[in-house]
Amino acid sequence: MLGFNNNKGTVTLAKKEEQLAWVLLLPTFLIISFIVILPLIAIFWISFKPISLSDLRPPKPIIKERLKGKLENSGDKAEVHYRIRNSSREQIINNVKFVDAIPTGLKVYDLDARCQIYQRKLSCNLGNFKGGYREVLKLQITSEDIFFINKILPKETIPKITGKSENVLTSLNFSLVNFIKIFDRDEFFQVLFVTLFYTVFGTLGALLFGLFAALILNSNFRGQGIFRGLFLFPYVAPVIAVAFTWVLLFDPFSGSINALLIQMQVIENPINFFGKRPLALIMVTVFEIWRYFPLSFLFILARMQSIDDEMYEAAEMDGASPFQKFWSLSIPMLLGILSILFLLRFIWTFNKFDDIFLLTGGNAGTRTLTVNVYEQAFALSNIGAGAAVAVIIFLFLLFFSILFFKFISREEGL
Amino acid sequence: MRFLRKGYILAPLLALFWAITIAWSLCVISSFSTGEALKPDILYTATSGLLVGLVCSRSEVYKKSQGFIVFLLIFITIVLLSPITRLSDEPFNNLELFLNSLFAIILIISASKTMRDIGFYALSRHEFENYIIKFLTNFGYIFFTAIVAIPFYVMVMTSLKNQSELLLNPLDFSIDFSKGFYLFRSYFELFSDFNFGSYIATSFFVSILTVIITLLFAIPGAYAVARLRFKGRGLFSSSILLIYMVPLIVLALPIYIGFSLFGLRNSILGILIIYPVTTIPVALYMLQGYFRTVSPEIEESGLMDGLSRISVILKITLPLSLPSIVSVSLYVFMIAWNEFLLAFMLLDDPSKFTITRGVAMLDSSEVPRQHLMAGSVVATIPVMLMFLFLEKYLRQGLTAGSIKG
Repeated sequence: MLGFNNNKGTVTLAKKEEQLAWVLLLPTFLIISFIVILPLIAIFWISFKPISLSDLRPPKPIIKERLKGKLENSGDKAEVHYRIRNSSREQIINNVKFVDAIPTGLKVYDLDARCQIYQRKLSCNLGNFKGGYREVLKLQITSEDIFFINKILPKETIPKITGKSENVLTSLNFSLVNFIKIFDRDEFFQVLFVTLFYTVFGTLGALLFGLFAALILNSNFRGQGIFRGLFLFPYVAPVIAVAFTWVLLFDPFSGSINALLIQMQVIENPINFFGKRPLALIMVTVFEIWRYFPLSFLFILARMQSIDDEMYEAAEMDGASPFQKFWSLSIPMLLGILSILFLLRFIWTFNKFDDIFLLTGGNAGTRTLTVNVYEQAFALSNIGAGAAVAVIIFLFLLFFSILFFKFISREEGL
Repeated sequence: MRFLRKGYILAPLLALFWAITIAWSLCVISSFSTGEALKPDILYTATSGLLVGLVCSRSEVYKKSQGFIVFLLIFITIVLLSPITRLSDEPFNNLELFLNSLFAIILIISASKTMRDIGFYALSRHEFENYIIKFLTNFGYIFFTAIVAIPFYVMVMTSLKNQSELLLNPLDFSIDFSKGFYLFRSYFELFSDFNFGSYIATSFFVSILTVIITLLFAIPGAYAVARLRFKGRGLFSSSILLIYMVPLIVLALPIYIGFSLFGLRNSILGILIIYPVTTIPVALYMLQGYFRTVSPEIEESGLMDGLSRISVILKITLPLSLPSIVSVSLYVFMIAWNEFLLAFMLLDDPSKFTITRGVAMLDSSEVPRQHLMAGSVVATIPVMLMFLFLEKYLRQGLTAGSIKG
């Protein structure tokens, strides 16, 4: 196939293999670097720039040409109007210039001081435009006989306008404003605390419940397959479906759980599960545990079933009790998978965005770092600040990954 | 703990916990299906449990017929105690009678079955722990089934109701079959007024193309990482894992900016560019694991017979790892189908919505909630069907690749 060299003698087998490997990897390599590496660089770049959503388009000068009056006979007078404006309301455009061709047979008089005509070419030097600046530049013309031979109207020659504007995105001005803004508020440490709470308890909870589920299903009886399938439902269903169901289920006014608890006289007044301060954070953590215990369950069960039965039989012969077997046999055997799961789930819970965004939108004290990226960039339209939070997430992640790789190189792979 | 290791203590204690578990489950089930307010009385429930447990611990003493009579007496006692009551002033009714009898029967049968040979006096450590494990196992089944089933049950049942019914009694999920096809009104309206047919079609189109594109990139890449020797192989395979851990929200921001600049926002093309990128690292990671399990000897014998590497891959490796490729495809399909964040950020034009974006649109105060739930059901069904019929493959895929969130 591509670039594959059959030239025997010059290319050794090993080299051939290496070439093929690169050919096979190239597409993946390209697309990943284009859509992952490039955005990563971009996010670092943006995080050092104080920009908002509206700055995404650089300001441009805009020009529209119009003919006022009619040119029907030789000697008719008319005016050409150039409407010129700055597309941005805030930013300056420097050194605005435009050129336009004057059709043959049209004579220009009373030329604006900023313009000149040379060989039927009009060029104007308009200087600097402030944000929101607009003006109409008028040109008086009279038609001569030659004009009617071709009759090219002034409108048919399209004016070209240029201006120098600072594109905040591509300029080389950097500042630490975003980072200062983020670290300056107490809010940041609140967000950090929420993230760590959510991550640590979400991960541990999912792991423990997964272990429990795996333990009860690690026996052989009929109908067990149904339970195994059922227990995976929370994980395979679309997050949007289950998150909305939870929101409705726990709704303070018409949610079934509140109705149930009130009818059973457990509580007197409805509880706003996803709207009150400490409770909302606990609820989103519970949701995380609910949604991801199936995953731990799946891994732990797979590992349990690969443990040799003979070991348990030997322990049984030696008179070990069930709990002793669990503590001294199962747990050590499962330790590897449990710690890998913990690290991976920790990273993924740390990265989680959708769940909290759908459940509370980051309100009521549930704003994690990832939700904060969205909040800053889109809700507050401060893209720079959002990017700065993203950079912080990335740095955390780098740290976790180093831990992970240090660890996984010692453990067996998954 | 030693004082617990007596039959006459452990059996009533476990039966007590078991009785509470059963009573609460029955109340929740019947409340959720009839809308009636039911509550187990803690004292009477506990008494029933203790009674049954005590009898169980003595059961070896009785003959068969005696045992039957004792349990019959207990059954009558429990029904008379009626631990499950409705919380209204209306007189005792058939529902309560039925529930209390059911409670008594389940409690007696399950307790006498699990603790038949428990004995009255000291238990060995072995026996003691086994009884506790049995209880925890049974409890676990009920607990996990409840927490998984209740949300899905509520999702389906809400979609069959209408606004006024839901507000009147949020617990009443009984189905009024006399409504006939009218029950599925929300679903019909989703397809007629909310254009869900188009969203489903878009989602299928996007998901299937994502699978194809992902495989086209990941199969060659995974093969190279798994089989071929080249410089930087270790670095490459660990950087795949690393990329796989970069959170989407970090990438979503620059992607949003870039797509806005190049006019790819609000286009299916943009979605088709970005979805495979999120799945290729996963697929590559999973596939290289599978390719390693294909024995190298078979491939080498193919090479000896004069096949080129490429034809070895096409004729030997791929057919041998077909089941794994099916697993990966299903897994990638599931990710693409369930994907929400990118669809939410990049698509604004309702004619281009995917199903998850469509459901997100239903989340507004103007749309009644049964539509939101019907939309959720519609979004869930394809994944569930796939899961039910191709469960083995999907499970494999999940274990191999689902370190991803």
